[in-house]
Amino acid sequence: MTERTNQEWLTALRGPGRDEALVDLRALLVRGLGYALAGRSDLDDSALEDFAQEALLKILAGLDSFRGESRFITWAQKIAVRVAFTELRHRRWRDVSLDEMTGNPDSDFIPSTLVDPSAGPEQQAIQRVFLSTLRRIITEELTDRQRQALVALRIQGMPLEEVARRMSTNRNALYKLLHDARQRLLKRMMAEGLSPKDMLAAFEP
Amino acid sequence: MMTLDLDTLKRMVHGIITTRPDEIGCDECFEQLDRFVEMTLAGKNAAEAMPLVQDHLERCRDCREEFEALLAALRARLIGGG
Repeated sequence: MTERTNQEWLTALRGPGRDEALVDLRALLVRGLGYALAGRSDLDDSALEDFAQEALLKILAGLDSFRGESRFITWAQKIAVRVAFTELRHRRWRDVSLDEMTGNPDSDFIPSTLVDPSAGPEQQAIQRVFLSTLRRIITEELTDRQRQALVALRIQGMPLEEVARRMSTNRNALYKLLHDARQRLLKRMMAEGLSPKDMLAAFEP
Repeated sequence: MMTLDLDTLKRMVHGIITTRPDEIGCDECFEQLDRFVEMTLAGKNAAEAMPLVQDHLERCRDCREEFEALLAALRARLIGGG
């Protein structure tokens, strides 16, 4: 296989050397995906070929957006990994809908009491105050969509991308929606006099 | 209704408290991921050079999964010489 510089890849993929470059690129992507997805028992070579093929189409369509800030093959492999994970998440979660409990979510998914053996009496007191505040402000500050996304992510354990698909949005927009939710909650906690330092200490992961 | 288990709750609280106003989204992270992964592979401190990407990868499970897979692919290629 020919080693190519970034410029050589771009020239080949845009010019008469395209067919040969595509064969080389496809082989590199398939091999890379094999390493990227090593250890997954639900995949065979034909799945990797399919992912690589779909990635090639995206790569060709997006050639103009390659800014040369990395090696071309790193950029291309990044796209192939995204394609593969998108498809694998879709397959894994295909038959799962947003839980019926996310239909009209309130703050009941936040427990009112905790059994935290690692917390001392003082920490447990802070935890109790904090949880009751959190339950209240989640209801008051967040939109239905924000609560729905939170439950799907945190209780159902669904990937962001799959939650987004079910909520007719995309992963980036959903991340922003949840970022906004976190900002609102934090702001309100501060306004209610809860100290972030104490809370971090009480909820040290 | 099911409630959050202790570990998930702690992670969620931690996520709220450490929220920063300048967080980037998944699209911006993806745009910069190839550079980030190459720096990591070269043994450079990518987290320090690109702190917002690092922050996003710590918060977003989908993006982190893809970063780790990409790193594994490039690392193997480096070792295998392909």
